[in-house]
Amino acid sequence: MKIMIRQSDFDKILEHALNVRPEEACGLIAGEDGEDGIRRISKVYILTNSDHTNEHFTIDPKEQLAAIKDMRADGIKPLGNWHSHPESPSRPSEEDKKLANDSKASYLILSLMEEGKPVLNAFHIESQNGEKIVRKEELSIV
Amino acid sequence: MKITVSGEKKEVADGLTVSALIEQEQVETPQYVTVSVNEEFIDNDSFDGHVLSEGDEVEFLYFMGGGR
Repeated sequence: MKIMIRQSDFDKILEHALNVRPEEACGLIAGEDGEDGIRRISKVYILTNSDHTNEHFTIDPKEQLAAIKDMRADGIKPLGNWHSHPESPSRPSEEDKKLANDSKASYLILSLMEEGKPVLNAFHIESQNGEKIVRKEELSIV
Repeated sequence: MKITVSGEKKEVADGLTVSALIEQEQVETPQYVTVSVNEEFIDNDSFDGHVLSEGDEVEFLYFMGGGR
């Protein structure tokens, strides 16, 4: 799966993630799956990490519901979520894998581990025979 | 009766419970799904006993979380 995110949306999540550091930041992504096989993110949602820690995130379900309704009103669909790793690399942790339960979603992880060098990657995570299989997706910032 | 599930209008059997709807909709990993009916969140323990009514708006929300 190829995924495209606009530079302005990347900047938006980066700014928020830096502002709430050392807590993990999180939100949703929405847009469309094109007939050309490219998943285009056209809107990012900045949502509350109800855990308020640097070790976990939980998206507030009330905000999640409001975002889903907003997507519907805009005629776009939920494509997955994003969260930051303030102190660790841009790859799914064991807990990220365990809690990734939507095989249709893209999971974006923004690492702030290296000062001034944020890294954003996208992953597909699905269960196969009781094991979580992670595949890195091709992400372009345009 | 008619209800709305994840934004789509559907005809379902009268007396359908949230549990039965989860099964009918083939919701993946239902243990990680939060259900709202008319924007009220339903306790997971109440899925079996919560009977849906005409015009209800149901949403299935995947728990979204993780850790470093």
